[in-house]
Amino acid sequence: MFESWFTQADAILLARFQFAFTIAFHIIFPAFTIGLASYLAVLEGLFLKTRNPVYQKLYRYWVKIFAVAFGMGVVSGIVMSYQFGTNWSVFSDKAGPVIGPLMGYEVLTAFFLEAGFLGVMLFGMNKVGERLHYFATLMVAVGTAISAFWILSVNSWMQTPAGFAINEQGQYVVTSWLEAIFNPSFPYRLAHMLIAAYLTTAFVVGAVGAWHLLKDKSSQAARKMFSMAMWMALIVAPLQVFVGDLHGLNTQEHQPAKVAAMEGHFKSESQAPLYLFGWPNEETAEVDYAIKIPGLASLILKHDVDATVTGLDAFPRDEWPPVPIVFWSFRIMVGIGVLMMLIGLWSGYLRLRKKLYDSRAIHRAALFMGPMGFVAVIAGWIVTEVGRQPWVIQGLLRTSDAASPIDAVGVGASLIAFIVVYFLVFGAGTVYILRKMAGSPEHTHIPEYARVPMAAERLYHEED
Amino acid sequence: MDYALIWAALIAIAVFAYVALDGFDLGMGILFPWIREEKYRDRMVNSVAPVWDGNETWLVLGGGGLLAVFPLAYSVLMPALYMPVIAMLLGLIFRGVAFEFRFKSKANKHWWDRAFMLGSMVAALSQGIMLGAMLQGIEVTDRAYSGGWFDWLSPFTIFAGIAVCVGYALLGATWLVMKTDGPLQARAYNYGRNSAILLILAIATVSIYLVSSFENVAERWLTWPGSAVLWVVPFALTLIGGGLLNSLTKQQEGRPYLWALGVFLIAFVGFAVSIFPYLIPFEITIWEAAGPDNSLAFLLVGAVVLLPIIFAYTGYTYWVFRGKVKEDSGYHD
Repeated sequence: MFESWFTQADAILLARFQFAFTIAFHIIFPAFTIGLASYLAVLEGLFLKTRNPVYQKLYRYWVKIFAVAFGMGVVSGIVMSYQFGTNWSVFSDKAGPVIGPLMGYEVLTAFFLEAGFLGVMLFGMNKVGERLHYFATLMVAVGTAISAFWILSVNSWMQTPAGFAINEQGQYVVTSWLEAIFNPSFPYRLAHMLIAAYLTTAFVVGAVGAWHLLKDKSSQAARKMFSMAMWMALIVAPLQVFVGDLHGLNTQEHQPAKVAAMEGHFKSESQAPLYLFGWPNEETAEVDYAIKIPGLASLILKHDVDATVTGLDAFPRDEWPPVPIVFWSFRIMVGIGVLMMLIGLWSGYLRLRKKLYDSRAIHRAALFMGPMGFVAVIAGWIVTEVGRQPWVIQGLLRTSDAASPIDAVGVGASLIAFIVVYFLVFGAGTVYILRKMAGSPEHTHIPEYARVPMAAERLYHEED
Repeated sequence: MDYALIWAALIAIAVFAYVALDGFDLGMGILFPWIREEKYRDRMVNSVAPVWDGNETWLVLGGGGLLAVFPLAYSVLMPALYMPVIAMLLGLIFRGVAFEFRFKSKANKHWWDRAFMLGSMVAALSQGIMLGAMLQGIEVTDRAYSGGWFDWLSPFTIFAGIAVCVGYALLGATWLVMKTDGPLQARAYNYGRNSAILLILAIATVSIYLVSSFENVAERWLTWPGSAVLWVVPFALTLIGGGLLNSLTKQQEGRPYLWALGVFLIAFVGFAVSIFPYLIPFEITIWEAAGPDNSLAFLLVGAVVLLPIIFAYTGYTYWVFRGKVKEDSGYHD
């Protein structure tokens, strides 16, 4: 009865928006917990090695924040494992034989590992003792990284499909699992995303350290976390620029239309200019209000000023991604990356001059940069996902052919439900996390641990 | 090798593992209306806090596994069960975050208690509705769902949904019997008995209704080899149901949960017999739904190697947190 009000195109647009919304919300939590799990493993390892209580304090401080973030990651992730089917059933039917087993491996090798040891990590210290507890922390950290491995392999296969054939039902059937898993863009995307997760977390940790330094610069715990975060910024931010460049070159090779949109190149030309800013106009195929550096794009992308850079004119109009979204998301991501690198260099300079804990300016700057990693991660995903359009699987399956036979009213209603619930629930979660972060790490409660935990446990049971 | 059949069995094991494990922690929320004291509620939540996350992972395995090995079934079921699936996911979100959130804010704790309670109920109800909707049958044309928007909704599916809520309440009560002591445990015995009786009645009602009203199901139940089960099920239900009630009356701490699992197993076998060999009743068989053999084989290697390891460390986690839950356990300040 509603069919006449909405078209199939509306349903697909709403389904796309629903997927974009639920996954953009979801990625915030793994991006944070991948980094934080590793940070916690480092803190606990350092504590066991040095017995410096500041590491224990920081561990207890961050593990509570981790618990909240991880819980939100789990529940928003369960949604994702069903989203493929509810809204993208044609995609699921066709691509299931390839991406399904990879996601199956993600569940078997990563999700169970994380979930199984998370309980011990959060609640088990006085039950298992230090060494087993450290092992549990390590398993959770390893689990988050393994999870990234599989899901990025899935996404990369959708960008650069490899190692498959098509059967008579129109399904993609794997001919080589090695080629499918290690498809051409996978190593670059995995490295880029893992580093992004570590950097994002480092800047959150740095911002919390900076906040507490602004209030009390003598706090040992605040100094320690700020210092550790700034080392990450100094070393890892430049590394990310390098890896990002490799990723870009790989994209240039396999998905040239995406790079053309990122760069705002409508025309294929030699000595292609690098547009710093401007507004790509799809009607006129020009970049309006452009600020550009002639020849630089040829130099960056081809490492030769005279080389020809492929523009969107090399592709049929109906195979262009939405240019302005890709163009601007890319600039946001790169801009934040550059700021991160500058903060890192600044911190290195201050550290040499022994002013790292005294410069209020860098503390304020680090505080401002706290949430920027998340912005960069989401912007980066917009670049790579919107840049792949109109394809859901590059060159094979169009997004418009991949959706479920669900009408727009249903997709719209569930979309509204997701938006309301996510803002309510994850809004509250964010408030709780910020409240925890506002509390000083110096006041972290360290529970008394039994020295011989298992024996004590037995005693405790005999008392019952 | 018949990979499709092996995988159907593995998915069935995953679903049963999910029901056995997440059933009792959803049961905590379903029992909340009857247990209002804050200290008891804290204890209930703490008794499942270290393990709920792992329990829910079986649901992800169920969804992911279906996509991997039965992509056609996944892509038909999800649109067919669209609304209950979304409702379940939203319910799981509310109850999942409530584990952490209810300790984070004194002022809002009662709201998160409600979220935990309603989230658990909605998730359980939706799961029952989905089972009921599958038994009713699902319309398929050309590899896609072709039924209506509300096909999943009928008095029967609602009844099945309520039955699952009752069943999870039973699992929750028998879990509390194991994990608590004192007055809370005494009440858990009581809730366990009530929910056990209700569940057994519900299973009997559903069975009679299925045989009398659903031709497709009746056909399976009344012809060999399905008919063997028809004779075994009432007998087993009486035996195991009796064992369950007896162990609750005699207050044998560890046993009622296992008996309750037995009751679930009977219902589970009954469900399997009702739809086998269909995965989408009564349109698509497991062999038609299965993906290509090499996808099934590839993931099977992982499942065979990893599932025992997963069982081992999951068991280890339960062992670490064995024994009664004290009122002050949990790490919350």
